[in-house]
Parts: sequence; structure tokens; C-alpha cells
Amino acid sequence: MSSEHFKYPVFGQVDYFKYNNVASQLASHTPSPSHSQELGAKKRTVDPIVTGTSVIAIKYNGGVVMGADTLLSYGSLARFNNIERMKKFGKSTIIGAGGEYSDFQNLSQVLDDLVVDDGCTDDGTTLSTTEIWNYIARVMYNRRNKGDPYWNSLVVIGHDNNKSFLGKVDLVGTCYQDNFIASGYGSHIALPLLRKAYKEDMTLDEAKTLIQDCLRVLFYRDARSSRFIQLSIANADGLVITEQIALDTDKWDSGDSAKKKKNQDGRKKKNNYRNDSTQVILEYGHNVV
Amino acid sequence: MMMDDLKLTALPEKEVPISHHRFEPYVDNGGTVLAVAGSNYCIVAGDTRMSDGGYGIQTRHYTKVFKLTDKCVIATSGMQADTIALRKRLDTQLRQYERDHGKSMSTPAIAQFLSNTLYHKRFFPFYTFNLVAGVDEDGIGCVWTYDAVGSHERVRFSSQGSGNQLIQPLLDNQVGKFNQQIVDGPRELSAEQALSLVKDAITSAGERDIYTGDFADIVTIDQKGVHFEKFDLKLD
Repeated sequence: MSSEHFKYPVFGQVDYFKYNNVASQLASHTPSPSHSQELGAKKRTVDPIVTGTSVIAIKYNGGVVMGADTLLSYGSLARFNNIERMKKFGKSTIIGAGGEYSDFQNLSQVLDDLVVDDGCTDDGTTLSTTEIWNYIARVMYNRRNKGDPYWNSLVVIGHDNNKSFLGKVDLVGTCYQDNFIASGYGSHIALPLLRKAYKEDMTLDEAKTLIQDCLRVLFYRDARSSRFIQLSIANADGLVITEQIALDTDKWDSGDSAKKKKNQDGRKKKNNYRNDSTQVILEYGHNVV
Repeated sequence: MMMDDLKLTALPEKEVPISHHRFEPYVDNGGTVLAVAGSNYCIVAGDTRMSDGGYGIQTRHYTKVFKLTDKCVIATSGMQADTIALRKRLDTQLRQYERDHGKSMSTPAIAQFLSNTLYHKRFFPFYTFNLVAGVDEDGIGCVWTYDAVGSHERVRFSSQGSGNQLIQPLLDNQVGKFNQQIVDGPRELSAEQALSLVKDAITSAGERDIYTGDFADIVTIDQKGVHFEKFDLKLD
């Protein structure tokens, strides 16, 4: 039965860090055959393998917008270029995931089952975004208690009963709500930008532009990010996850680089520049030509 | 032969296996809480900054003071995920108690109950630093201060968290009036004086402690109930 997924061992009876297994593993680097039999295949996310990077989201005057690129990395290798890292759950919730993608897929199954089971009760209610966010927080916290975390940071957006929701949960179960949230590298690069640019009562277009600008800056500096992104929107009209958008990253035409661009012929430009005595005088204070 | 003995580098002779990076289940999200009790009041303050364990701020609006009953609050700094789990445990148990007994648990009983709850996780502790504050059955202000595994003490005033080292000596001097033979006026602070002192204390912690700031929840507890107010701190 599908509810098997969310039965966790009784609190206090859990071998939190698999001491029975791990202690023996740590005792010697070459475990004896009996040990290795006991250990079997690796069953925990000890470190993430295939990873997604930042997710960012902001509230606007009628809903929430979230953005993430579509890249999955395998270490420093750009492994999968067109994977959706945002997924709908129920009628009013979208979750964006960073971190280990297989863990997110597993968690997605758990949540889909939760949504199906809730539908099967047929009591006319549906899971609200807040409820789903709370549930995820409990699952994530339980997994960290077992020393077997879902290695993700999850951004949860939604819109129900005319109220916007924006929250985040990470791999140890830290959970909070805010008007703007950025995960992963975004918490270093996008969050300061959002703090400066965010204002209440933004329009949808303003919010979309802000998210795209943040993702563009992330692409410039985060080596595990890509130029191909998707936006998710949750508002009174429902949920939308856009098609892939290619960010226009040709925004270098300012300052000196703009001058060079206007005159592609390097030698000619150099000559022009050197012959422009006014400019040289301005720069050096006397005519060196 | 001679070449064999010559060592050119300080590299270790044997290849040492790189110790594997292990999952770290604890994060310190920082924050400061403090409480001052008088004969008929109790004032609690907690900042609302939640750090990411390093220099980053995750949110500026995470409230550390949580109402348990009409006469009692818990103020918690440390790891936020553990705090939420601890709160949920206390809250469900206290609601159960209320249904069973037709009255809410007294503040001293809650204080002992928190100690038991923390000690039950002695060998995988909640990384939380708590104050239980409120008024007892007689309406007398009271504060309990804890460590992460349940050691506790009833006091007149206390602070916990990342700004503890900055605030506790201030309270010792200004509320406890330790080692002062001559004191102008009554030794006990009035509620108004305590409120003002508590605001100054948390503002001062915010000056030097990078994990304290943004806003403060100032909570006043007396016979009338629990009253929350917001107070601005530095945002940097």
C-alpha cells in the first residue's frame, strides 16, 4: 500500500547513525568479508552525486514566482542539461529542489502518494501548501535524525484561499517562510540582490524580471549553473511551470567592452585612438604622438 | 644508495586514506534570548534573526519566543530544526494535559517537564538553549534556565544563546545588583524599568554579536496573560 512510504520507526528506537554498521566500517578501512556482507550496498546519501544548484523565489502582489535552471551536475560535469527541478504537488503547490536529484525523485514519490491518499479520503478537502511544507519539514527532520538525510534544499511555493505561500526546508529540517528565498549558491549571490530589489506589491512581470536577473547573475558566477531556466508561478489562476527559457546573457555591452564592440576592427580602432590627440592629452597630460 | 636516503619532500611515507566527509546533523542558527522576572511580572526578549550556521542570514523574521500557556512561554536559541521539534513535542503534550485535567499545566510543572523532555534525548540531544519564563500559580514571575540536556535552575533573570556572554554580566549587575551594598531605591526593578533594560540589553548584544539582530520580540507575561510586541534591532 502506498502509505508504507510514510511509516517511520518509533522515535527513540532508531539506530540514529547506523552505529552497528558504521562503527565497524570506521574501525578498519578494509572490512572483513562478514563486515562487507553486513554493510551491503551503500544505503545512505553520504554525499550528493547528481546535483541541482540554486532555486530562488519571491512573492508578488497576486502570487509567487520561482525560478531554477534545468541543469543537473555530476561533480563538475554538466551531466543533464534539460531536467525540470520544479514539480507540482496537488492543486496548489510547486516544489523546487536543489541538491541530490535522486533524493528529490524519491521524496516526490512520497509526496505524490500523500496527495493520492488524501484524495482517496474523498472528504472534499485538499492538502494546502502549508500542510505539504510542514509535512516535508517533518520528513526531512526525521531523515536527519536517522543520519540518512534527503540531501536537498526545497523551496515550496503555493497559492490557496487567496493567500500566497513561500517557504523553504533543508536537509537537517530547518524550515521557514519569507517574502523572498534563495537556496544553494543563490543564498550567497541572489539573496543580497533580492534584499535590495524586493519591494512589496510587485507585479507579475516585475517579479519574473527580478528572478531572471538573479538567475543571470548566478549563471555569471556559479560554475554549476546553466543559462537555461524555467519559471514557476502560483497564483489565483492556478499553477504554471513554463517551458525552458534561454536567458539572454549578452549583457556585457557597457563600459569599455561597449567601445570595443562598436568598432570590431582592432587595428583600425587602435589607430583611431592613438591619432585622437585630444584623448591622449586627456589621458597623459601631454601629446605623446 | 645515497639517493634512496635523500628526502626531497615532507610528504608522508604512507598514503593516508582521506577521512570521509560525514553528514553533520547539527547546525547552530544562533540567536539570543533573555528573561527578567519580578514579583508580579516576567519580561522575555528574543531576537528574530536566523543565521545559516556561518555568516549568512536565512531569514530576519524567525521568532524564538513561543507561547505555551496563558502564563508561560519558552524562548529557545540554538538549532532551529531542533527547536521546532521540541516545541511541537511540548505543545502536543501540554494540549493533552489540558484535555485530561481541564486546566493548563502550571509554569513550574512545565519547567520540570522540559527538563525531562531534554534529558530523554540525552544521547542525541536537542541542540537548543532554553528559557522557560512566566508567572507561577501565585502570579509571581519566574524564569528557568537550561542546558541542552536538561540541567536547569530557577533564577530571577537569565540569558541564553549566542549573545549570552554579552548579556548575562549586564543582568547580574543591573538586575541582580550583585556585590552592591548601597542601592538607590528598591532592589527589585519595576516592570517598566525591566522592560527598558531588556530592550537595551538585546540592542547591546546586537551591536557586537553577528548572530543577533534584525528585530526583537519583547514578551510581557503577567496575571492578565501573554503580550507580544515587536522591537527594531540593527539589520547589519
